[in-house]
Amino acid sequence: MATKKPSRIDVKKTYKLYINGAFPRSESGRVFEVTAKNGDFVANPALASRKDLRDAVTAARAAESGWSKATAYNRGQILYRIAEMLEGRSEQFESEISLTSHTTPAKAKVIVSEAIDRWVWYAGWSDKLQAVSGATNPVSGPFFNFSISEPQGVVAIASSDSFIEFIDAIAAAVVSGNTSVVLVPGGLAVPAMSFAEVLATSDLPAGVINILTGSLDELAPWAASHMDIDGFDITGIQKKKHGALKEAGAENLKRIHSFGSGKTPTRILAFMESKTVWHSVGI
Amino acid sequence: MSFYGLVDGSEKSLIHFLDQLSGVDQVGAEARAAMLATRSIKTSSKKWAIETAISMVDLTTLEGADTPGKVRALCSKAVRPDPTDPTVPSVGAVCVYNDMVEIARTHLDSIGGKHVPVAAVSTAFPSGRASMEVKIQDTQDAIDAGAAEIDMVIDRGAFLAGNYGLVFDEIVKIREVCGDKAHLKVIFETGELVTYDNVRKASYLAMLAGADFIKTSTGKVAPAATPPVVLVMLEAVRDFYSMTQRRIGVKPAGGIRTTKDAIKQLVLVNETAGPEWLTPDLFRIGASALLNDLLMQRMKMSDGYYASPNYVTID
Repeated sequence: MATKKPSRIDVKKTYKLYINGAFPRSESGRVFEVTAKNGDFVANPALASRKDLRDAVTAARAAESGWSKATAYNRGQILYRIAEMLEGRSEQFESEISLTSHTTPAKAKVIVSEAIDRWVWYAGWSDKLQAVSGATNPVSGPFFNFSISEPQGVVAIASSDSFIEFIDAIAAAVVSGNTSVVLVPGGLAVPAMSFAEVLATSDLPAGVINILTGSLDELAPWAASHMDIDGFDITGIQKKKHGALKEAGAENLKRIHSFGSGKTPTRILAFMESKTVWHSVGI
Repeated sequence: MSFYGLVDGSEKSLIHFLDQLSGVDQVGAEARAAMLATRSIKTSSKKWAIETAISMVDLTTLEGADTPGKVRALCSKAVRPDPTDPTVPSVGAVCVYNDMVEIARTHLDSIGGKHVPVAAVSTAFPSGRASMEVKIQDTQDAIDAGAAEIDMVIDRGAFLAGNYGLVFDEIVKIREVCGDKAHLKVIFETGELVTYDNVRKASYLAMLAGADFIKTSTGKVAPAATPPVVLVMLEAVRDFYSMTQRRIGVKPAGGIRTTKDAIKQLVLVNETAGPEWLTPDLFRIGASALLNDLLMQRMKMSDGYYASPNYVTID
């Protein structure tokens, strides 16, 4: 029997997916449970299916031409805007991370500020990449010879359960002009979907970052074999499963990499291609 | 001419016939089309549906920028949609502007595509705004160049103004020009006819005047082949069959871009007109981008992993 009248009715959040700038439920209708350290219920995020992955890849591919052709300056501005939004909601992220990854509030605070700093660090690379990675190559003939780095296209990311690595992986993939489909496991789903809300309010074009929550074991093989995904960051997948994924990705020569936890520009370059142009001189 | 004994060819008898048609239940038609769109078609049925849809595609290019090269490339694709897989059927027809008919016919014949007919859009496509003499000459040109199917547009202005007799006579005259050399498809541009009642009237008007096919749209106006419009037209051909024992074909065109859309259309056909209509002789889909999506879905089914547009042609 209720003895105390609640002051107001709870307004509970439904955790959904983030595909093409919208928040749909999984087409499968499935969810999974996230709990706090003491076993208390936290949320029921959507358990994405392979068809959600398919839709997300379609959205990412459609967004690719606009995002990769946006000026580096513009991309940097939008990514910085995302950092601003993150900063404004840092308390929400701290409490969600503390709750779902079972860490202390103090530790969660460190994680969130480090994640925001990393995001800003990667955002800064947008207009410097070309200067650092591009080259004028000396050749033995009457030619100018340039190498230019270009984004690959659609990059799938199997994120680890760390919020910092989640941020690292996304920032490194999209700063160069790739679009991405991010697969998020377990309790990270809760802050990841709040991050999707940040993206939705940051002028990021729809489809550039798509976020699917659920089981990496279920989704990663479909992403690895998907012919319309050009690169796959499998940092969040156990080492012993890397071989099978790389085999599945061989059909379209997908680049499949996993990365350590430090921030590095090589992580950006891992999903870029080098285009070399020959230009005759004196004709 | 007898016009199936239903009208005598005078505008008066035509108006009398069209007036006694019942109105379309708009809410009902939309609800039924939406309900049928939820049917889930899987595995072997889906494979059959994809291949049937491929054989029903009128592969179309109707751009001001069409070049002979583009038309020839389209013809090659029409004969063998997936060059890596000879088991994929040829499409239903190639649909081009009048002046491209000869190029298309010659190329199809030279690559072993004699079985693929060329459809020409005529009668001042897409607006239909020209004199009768021009429209007849337009049609004659297409037939002389080798078109086996004529996609004519009706004069929507006359139809909306209530000049049913004028629209009827135009179709009858073009039907005479076609003779036994070409099939006649009559395009309504349903997006400009506004109401389902008008779509129903136009369907009967065209069928009485001798159309072999009734077609929704030019592809130049949106909305085009929406499921409720196709539903109304399929009901018309079904009821016309029970009146006359003659089966008229239906061709939705415009806005059908994905395999899902195409399969929804096939479900509509099966559930409304009946399985007899599930043949390229009685149902076609006017499309260009659709074929690539059908091929990609077919690849997904045979390979077991998702396909990419990088492996189908850019049209």
